[in-house]
Amino acid sequence: MATENTQPADSKFTPFNIVTGIILVIGGILTILRFTQGIGAVTNLDNNNPWGIWIGFDLLCGVALAAGGYVTSAACYIFGFKRYHSAVRPAILTAFLGYALVVFALHYDVGRPWRLPYPIFYSQGTSSLLFEVGLCVFLYLTVLFVEFTPAAFEWLGLKKIREVVVKLTMILTIFGVILSTLHQSSLGALFMIAPSKLHPLWYSGYLHVYFFVSSMFAGMSMVIFEGTLAHRWLSHKMDDTHHHEAPGVAFGFAKAASLIMMGYLCIKIIGIAMDNNWHYLATGWGAWFLVELIGFVAFPAILYAMGSREQNMLMVRWAAVWTVLGIVLNRLNISIVAFNYHLPSADRYIPSIMEIGTSVFIVTVGIVVYRFITTRMPILYEHPDYKTH
Amino acid sequence: MAISRRKFLGGIGAALGGAAASLGTAYGASNKHFKGHPNSFGVLHDITRCIGCRKCEEACNTVNDLPKPETSFEDLSVLDSKRRTDADIYTVVNRFNTPEPVFAKKQCNHCLEPACASACFVKAFTKTKSGAVTYNEKVCVGCRYCMVACPFEIPAYEYHKALTPSVTKCTMCFPRIIEGKLPGCVEICPKEALIFGERDKLIKAAWQRIYKFPDKYTAHVYGEHEMGGTSWLYISGDEFSKVGMREDLGIKSAPELTSGALAAVPIVVGLWPVFLTGAYAISKRKEKIAQQEKDQAVAETLANAQEEAAKKLEDLREKLNQEKASAINFEVKKALEEAAKKAEEEKQAQEAQEEEEPDQADDADGEDPSKEDE
Amino acid sequence: MDTIFYTLQDFMIFTKGITYIIMGGILVFMPLFWCFLTQRDED
Repeated sequence: MATENTQPADSKFTPFNIVTGIILVIGGILTILRFTQGIGAVTNLDNNNPWGIWIGFDLLCGVALAAGGYVTSAACYIFGFKRYHSAVRPAILTAFLGYALVVFALHYDVGRPWRLPYPIFYSQGTSSLLFEVGLCVFLYLTVLFVEFTPAAFEWLGLKKIREVVVKLTMILTIFGVILSTLHQSSLGALFMIAPSKLHPLWYSGYLHVYFFVSSMFAGMSMVIFEGTLAHRWLSHKMDDTHHHEAPGVAFGFAKAASLIMMGYLCIKIIGIAMDNNWHYLATGWGAWFLVELIGFVAFPAILYAMGSREQNMLMVRWAAVWTVLGIVLNRLNISIVAFNYHLPSADRYIPSIMEIGTSVFIVTVGIVVYRFITTRMPILYEHPDYKTH
Repeated sequence: MAISRRKFLGGIGAALGGAAASLGTAYGASNKHFKGHPNSFGVLHDITRCIGCRKCEEACNTVNDLPKPETSFEDLSVLDSKRRTDADIYTVVNRFNTPEPVFAKKQCNHCLEPACASACFVKAFTKTKSGAVTYNEKVCVGCRYCMVACPFEIPAYEYHKALTPSVTKCTMCFPRIIEGKLPGCVEICPKEALIFGERDKLIKAAWQRIYKFPDKYTAHVYGEHEMGGTSWLYISGDEFSKVGMREDLGIKSAPELTSGALAAVPIVVGLWPVFLTGAYAISKRKEKIAQQEKDQAVAETLANAQEEAAKKLEDLREKLNQEKASAINFEVKKALEEAAKKAEEEKQAQEAQEEEEPDQADDADGEDPSKEDE
Repeated sequence: MDTIFYTLQDFMIFTKGITYIIMGGILVFMPLFWCFLTQRDED
C-alpha cells in the first residue's frame, strides 16, 4: 500500500483523472441544481412520464448488471465451482458498489430522499411491489456490505472480526441469492400494475420471471466484461491464482450464459403465445421487439456458444459486451421506450442533457470508488496472510 | 388415560375446526370477492349535459386553495387543446368534436381498488369508507410509482418544489363530504351534469337514464367495472373512446394484476432455502464422495502394491524353499547313493570273503530267496 | 382478529404484512434448523 502512494506527483494529471475530474465537477453542479430548483429543473419528467432514465437506467440496469455478485458467489459457494473463487471478490465488490450507486441515484430521483427509510421502518405498504424491491435492496445491500468486509478487514489487519464474517459466508450467500431472486424479479413485476401503459409485446404475466432470468446472464456477462477491463487496466494488481483462473471463469460463464439466454428466448416466445401477441410482430413495435430479442439475445447467445466451443476469448468478450447492451436495451424498452406507447409523440419522454449528465456522473463515481478500492484492498489478489481460505 | 387423551385430541380438533371456520368467514378463501365499502359515495357525470363552462374547475380551485391560473376560468379558449390534471389543477374539462362539441370532465375516478394505493410502498393512499381516495402527504417519499400505476393518468407531481414536493389529485372533497357538504364541482354545476350520491344508487340511476333514452346514451356506464370499478361513473352519448376515455383498460383491479407476482415472493422465501441448501449439500457430498473415491483409489493402489510385494516375497520364498528341497533331495540322493555304493562295496567284500568260506555262502544263498518272497 | 375487509387492497395490506413477518421468521428458522440437522455429521 505504501508503495502505491509513492508515485511521482505529476502523474495525477493523467487523461483519466482529468476527464473524471470534469465529470465530477459537472455532477456537483447538477446535484446543487437538483436540490435547490427541484426535479423539474434538471429533468424532462412530467405528469405522464414520472419515471425517466434515473429509474430506467440507474435503477433497472444498475440492479440487473450488479447481479454478478449473487451469480458468482452462488456458483462458487453453493454449487461448488471452487475454481471461481478468485472471481467472487471482484464480483461482490462490483455488486456492492452497483447497489450503493442505485441507492445513491434514488436520492436524486425521489422527491424527498430523506424519507427513503419510511417504507421499511415507518409505514409499510405491503401490497406494493416497490415495497418488496425496497426491502430486498436494503437487506441485500447490507448482505453485500458484510460479504465485502473481509477484504477491508484484511486491508486493515483485523483478523478476528474477519474470521467471524468468513464463517458466515454460506448463510450470507444463500440470503443473497434469495434476496436477489426476489428483487430482480419484482423490478419487472413493478410494471405489471400498468397493462394499459406498457406495450403488449413487453407486458406479460411473466415479467417477473423474465427479469430474474435475464439478471442471471446479465450478471455473468458483467463479470466477463469487468474481467476484461480489469485485466487491461489493473493487471498488476492480480495474483497468479486470479490470472490462472480468469479464463476458466470466462469460459464457464460464457457456456452458462449461452444456455440461460436460449432458455430466456424460449420463455419470451412462450409469453407471446400465451397472450396471442403474434400479430404485433408485424408492426413497427414488433420489429423493435425482434431487434431486441434476436439481435441482443439470440445473437450474443450463439456468439457465446461459439466462443465457448472454440475456446475463443475474444468472441466471449464481444458476446459479453453485446449481452450487457441487450440488457440495457431491454430495461430501457420496458421503462421508457415501450412505456406510454399509447401517448402521442409530443407527450413522450426524452431525457434531458442534465439527466444524462447526472447518470454519467453516478457511473463515474462508481468507477472512481472501484479503482480506489481495488488498488488498495485485496480484491484481485489473495492477501498473503489469509491464503488458506 | 386413553379417554382423556381422546378428549384432549378432540378438543384440539374442535378448536382447529372452529379456527378454520372463523378464518373462513372472516378472510375467505382465495375466491373471496370484495364488494367495496357499503353505501360509499360516488359521482355520476352525465357527459351529454356538460356545456364546458369550466365552473367546476373554478370551484375546485377555490375549495382546494389552489393558486390562481394565468388565464381566468371565464376564458374558454383553453378548451382548444387537450389538457390533463396537473400539480395545481385537480380537474379539467376537455372538448371533443364528435363532430358536435361534447365536453367531458376529468379528475380522479376514486377506484374501488385504487391502483395508486396498491402501488404505494408507504400506504400514502387510502380508500376511505366514504368512497374518496385520500392522500397523506406526510409519509410520501416521492417515488411517483402511483403515477406509473394509475390507468387514468390522474396523479400529478410538484416537480418544481425542491424539498417538499407532493403528489396531488382530486380528493372528492373528502373534508367537505365528511362535513355533509357536496364536492365543490358538484355543488356549482349549473346543468346537473354531476350528481353526488351512493354509488349503488347512482349505477341504477345511470342505467335508468340509458333505458329511458336509448337513443341518447350509449349502453355503457363507464366506471361500473373499469379497473374493478370506480366511484366516479360516466354516461355518454358517444362511445367513451371518442371523449378521451380509454375503453381498453379491462375490468381487473390493480391489486389483482399484481397479486400473482406478489404471491411468488413468499414461496421463494419458503423454498429457496431448501433448494439452495440442498444444492449446497449435494455439491458438498459429491465433493466428499470424490474425495472418498480418491482416497479409496489411493488405498487400493497401495494395497495392490503391497500385495504384489508380498507375492513377490512369497515367490522368492518358495523358490528358495524349492532350492533348499532340491538341495536336500540331492544330498539325500547323494547320501543314499553313497550308502548304496557302500553297501555294494561291503557286499563285494563279503562275497570275496565267502569265496574264501564256500559253505557259509551256500547257506546264505538258500536263505535269501525265501526272504525276498516275503 | 375479526376485522372485515371491504376491499382487496385492505385485505392484501393485512395478509402481506403477516406474510412478510412469517418470511422473516423463515429466514431465521431455516438456518437454525439446518444446523440442528447437520450438527452430528462428521465433516
